[in-house]
Amino acid sequence: MGTRIFGSGIRRREDPRLITGQAKYTDDMVLPGMVHLAMVRSPHAHARIVNIDTSAAEAMDGVIAVYTGEQVTLNPLPCAWLIPDSDLITPEHPAVAVEKVRYVGDAVALVVAETRYQAEDAADAVRVEYEVLPAVVNPEAATRAGAPQLHDDVPNNIAFRWVASSGDEGVEQAFAEADVVVKERIVQQRLIPTAMEPRSAFAQWNDAAEELTVWYTTQNPHIHRFVLSGVTGVPEHKLRVIAPEVGGGFGSKIPVYADEALTAWVAMQLNRPVKWTETRSENYQVTIHGRDHIEYVELAAKNDGTVTGIRGTVYAGLGGYLSTAGPGVPTILHGLMYSGAYTFPNIRCETIGVMTNTTPVDAYRGAGRPEATFLIERLMDKMAKALNMDPVELRRKNLIPPFENGHDVAIGLTYDSGNYEAALNKALEIVDYDALRREQAEARTKGRYIGIGVSTYSEICGLGPSQVAGAVGFQGGLWESAIIRVSPAGKVQAMIGASPHGQGEETTFAQLISDELGFPVEDIEIVHGDTNQTPMGWGTYGSRTTPVAGAALVLAARKLKEKARAMAAHLLEAAVEDIDYEDGKFFVKGSPDNAKTIQEITLMATVAWDLPEGMDPGMEESQFYDPPNFVYPFGAHIAVVEVDPETGIVKLKRYIAVDDCGPQINPVIVAGQVHGGIVQGIGQALFEGAVYDDNGQLLTGTMMDYTLPRADDFPNFELDHTVTPSPHHPAGIKGVGETGTIASTPTVYNAVIDALQPFGVEQIDMPLTPSRVWQAIQESSSNRGGD
Amino acid sequence: MNVSITINGTVYERDIEPRMLLVHFIREELGLTGTNIGCDTSQCGACTIHMDGRSLKSCTCLAVQADGREITTIEGLADGDNLHPMQEAFWDNHGLQCGYCTPGMIMASTAFLKDNPHPTEEEIRHALEGNFCRCTGYQNIVKSIKAASEKMGG
Amino acid sequence: MSMRPANFDYQRPTSLSEAIQLLANNDEAKALAGGHSLIPAMNQRLSTPEQLVDIGRLDELKGISTNNGTLSIGALSTHAQIAASSDVRTHCAALATATGLVGDPQVRNWGTLGGNLAHADPASDPPTVVLAAGGTLHLQGPNGTRSVSADNFFIDLFTTDLQPGELITRIEIPSLQGKKNAYVKLAHPASRYAIVGVCVVLEMNGNECVSARVAVGGATPKATRSPSAEERLTGSSLQVAAVDAAAEALVNDIAGDVMGDLFAPEDYRRAMAGVYLKRAVQAAMA
Repeated sequence: MGTRIFGSGIRRREDPRLITGQAKYTDDMVLPGMVHLAMVRSPHAHARIVNIDTSAAEAMDGVIAVYTGEQVTLNPLPCAWLIPDSDLITPEHPAVAVEKVRYVGDAVALVVAETRYQAEDAADAVRVEYEVLPAVVNPEAATRAGAPQLHDDVPNNIAFRWVASSGDEGVEQAFAEADVVVKERIVQQRLIPTAMEPRSAFAQWNDAAEELTVWYTTQNPHIHRFVLSGVTGVPEHKLRVIAPEVGGGFGSKIPVYADEALTAWVAMQLNRPVKWTETRSENYQVTIHGRDHIEYVELAAKNDGTVTGIRGTVYAGLGGYLSTAGPGVPTILHGLMYSGAYTFPNIRCETIGVMTNTTPVDAYRGAGRPEATFLIERLMDKMAKALNMDPVELRRKNLIPPFENGHDVAIGLTYDSGNYEAALNKALEIVDYDALRREQAEARTKGRYIGIGVSTYSEICGLGPSQVAGAVGFQGGLWESAIIRVSPAGKVQAMIGASPHGQGEETTFAQLISDELGFPVEDIEIVHGDTNQTPMGWGTYGSRTTPVAGAALVLAARKLKEKARAMAAHLLEAAVEDIDYEDGKFFVKGSPDNAKTIQEITLMATVAWDLPEGMDPGMEESQFYDPPNFVYPFGAHIAVVEVDPETGIVKLKRYIAVDDCGPQINPVIVAGQVHGGIVQGIGQALFEGAVYDDNGQLLTGTMMDYTLPRADDFPNFELDHTVTPSPHHPAGIKGVGETGTIASTPTVYNAVIDALQPFGVEQIDMPLTPSRVWQAIQESSSNRGGD
Repeated sequence: MNVSITINGTVYERDIEPRMLLVHFIREELGLTGTNIGCDTSQCGACTIHMDGRSLKSCTCLAVQADGREITTIEGLADGDNLHPMQEAFWDNHGLQCGYCTPGMIMASTAFLKDNPHPTEEEIRHALEGNFCRCTGYQNIVKSIKAASEKMGG
Repeated sequence: MSMRPANFDYQRPTSLSEAIQLLANNDEAKALAGGHSLIPAMNQRLSTPEQLVDIGRLDELKGISTNNGTLSIGALSTHAQIAASSDVRTHCAALATATGLVGDPQVRNWGTLGGNLAHADPASDPPTVVLAAGGTLHLQGPNGTRSVSADNFFIDLFTTDLQPGELITRIEIPSLQGKKNAYVKLAHPASRYAIVGVCVVLEMNGNECVSARVAVGGATPKATRSPSAEERLTGSSLQVAAVDAAAEALVNDIAGDVMGDLFAPEDYRRAMAGVYLKRAVQAAMA
């Protein structure tokens, strides 16, 4: 038997088209008669539209049509996460603003022209008269009396108040009886997802058949068909959504935006193919942002380091309108994470969801869980300092002990499996933690400021059981499905409803099928992204593709395997229970030389000349899979930084990540997911932040101003893993798409604060830019008498 | 205005508006869509090509400026069916995920190796100053370029 | 929200005189060299010239040479060419450093020194070096040729002494061979422009600094010399106290002019000007 394909780091099957420029992204699509759509967007964050004069634009070369909001006949965009146990209000979100604009970038008119150059010329020529209103961008300030009001039906701009609690009495008591309480005000700054491919839509309307086809940059084509059908009125069976190659998403391609619906609508009006592609500046203004919390959090503990309670109040900025999953992110995906990897007995999170004159906020990589992990890990470091304990020891004392099949945490979740201390120990071993602390102490005597940050985390992913989705107000299911279809000659097409866009499932899912059935990987094609070719699924986000869609696929493969076994038994004239399987071959126990290959069996099952009693012809199985629980990957990360106190520049010297996502189908791909996640998380700690001025102008509106991490910001990461299978996934797999992002922000942040201990710096708002670090050092030094 | 631009060995003559950016000429006039657009401020590097052998962000050049020059895009990098060693190295080392930045990364790094055939890891990281990737954390891109340099440099 | 320039008329003159004529005839015309400052602005429609005069192919504006110890750099020399030039490394190492830090490799391949200086972006690197190095800009316009010292060329934010129809033809820098010189930079992490860039040129006699030129960019609306810092360094042996004093003097000299932004507020930039002066001296003496 050769090397098992499951666990093998084979090269990706996606890559040949991508490295040669042959891949087709949405903006690469061309059809005869195609026209181009450009949006006219509000330059004001909050204003009444007084008048729109389209006459000059209409008269320009190549212009086919100009539409204002009053002419657009789309239904409003829905919010699809109606969180329960709250007083959620969902203000209307028209596809094009009619009376009022509520953030810079809110569309007010559409221009269609023969070329994109002409469309942009004409968009510049649309004259819009505004009555500018005062704006509010800070989610805490927006709730205060006298703040500008965005929506008449959302008093004080508060869209909801939501509470998750292990029991308020217990929480109160824990804090009242604590020996030590540490508190922090944390600004989880806004981040801009910045998938390298901007959003794009390309729509074709077939007037005779009344069929609409829309290619677009989506992480979840089936959800988009479902919602787009409601917005456009085109019934689902006449609406085909195709996600061709998609250049990253990180959450930003989950929501349903106005632009794609408008592209479809224009195609229907003109009966011509219409393309819309956002520029990067548009992407920064209009495509969702992530995070944007102001948090007041605290942790209670006994003198021996036993943490007895955690609680927080979160002002969550939601933007000018509620994005598709907006309300769910700072609530369900955030508050339910407050236990982290620890045995905290008392937990409470209160979230106030606030409308502000800013770009709508929704899920960005990790979505709610990085924010929770950050505040937990930040408070743990602060508590360690207050108790004069090593931060590692405090964590060790509070980690959930190893468990293989279920552990209930106080907030009401049941974690699937975990061995947190093993991951922590492995990470500490890699860096030789004690030696590192000695090195740090020695460096300080020489005026060098090295910092060490350690985080242990657990996260919820693999979203999730549909019953839970319903219970938490998610307006859809969270199951997945797969069809495996084998052709007569033994070639495999597997159709999945999920929609990978860089994660590599065309490779890993082929490995799964190959591992189960013995077809060589090169004979297996994973088909995804087209609602007409794939069975229903809810999409690729929340680290759920392998945990959920992968499980459906494995179960479908196992059904086929049982059918093949029965067929083999028939062909070999043996009892089914006497048939063994190895490496694509079925044989009677003890007689491996007289075997039937999966290909031979497929052919015989497909021609169906001689099937066993009761067997249907063909080699095809489908499987729906609704997971019984979430999966809970975990790990321990360590960062070593050095701060230059003269400039405030932080240099990341080492980064160690030990993650546990269960068995790895392809360790090279897993490492790639971890690498990218770490860099995005460190991006939040050190570099990234979307900033608005008081008038709601986005000051970080281009890549010239919004700092994305670059190659020379990082050393080589040191990765390792432990393997703790999920008890409920058919292959034991947990997700890994978000772990890096969830763990790395607090790890690096804590390392920087650790480096600054000699200066007495306790807190700096993220991102830890040189000027902020320098400022903090200045202030602390002057407070300490100019030392 | 009439221009004549050699792209991947083929001479293309077109009558274009002077304002047309080279990247739009390549993508929209010629349909060579391997060259991607990721920003509007000359930062991201997704549209990197070679002009007269040197790397260029094709969003920061008018097509008329390329008149009479020789361009190579990602589609022209391989030698027939034989991938360029840099393409091979990106494939071998998982140097890409969503693939959107990849053509620009490959074009920038092949141009870089012409100037510096035996770079250190630090030099490679610095050479990627003009190219963003949001998926890989750059780790395997650096590894890919190092591997390609070793393969090409013998 | 555009990344497509507005329409313009395009001219590609075949001689310098023809180019100057075209520019002189149209107030709304702009010269296009490498285009690496202009085209990004046009893409965003922040700049909408009526006419572009493409001077990018004029051989008269190309080439790097030395003449009696003076470095002569044609205006169309790219940053990459300058950074890689052995003449530049020998005679003005700081300029090789600075041009090697402009933007990114792709920008350096096509952006030109002449275009860069004419654009006079305060956060760009080359103006600071050309100023500290005592460079001279040779200009040609409808009224003939003239030369302007870098001290007089940079007037304000994006403003130079260039008159309508005038072009930079070449830049001359007296050889700094034998003088210590260096350029150091704190880059904005997103744009790669200088938050602060400092260039020092130090003439040493043994341990004594007998003359010094110091210029700072990035922090101020234009590349700016610091007479007080130069004074502190001159006559010193560059001991810590003298360099610290020079740093303080530099900070005082520019104090009223320092610009601030989101990434680097005024007080930070001011302080960094001093820190980077110290680092520039260190780099020059290394």
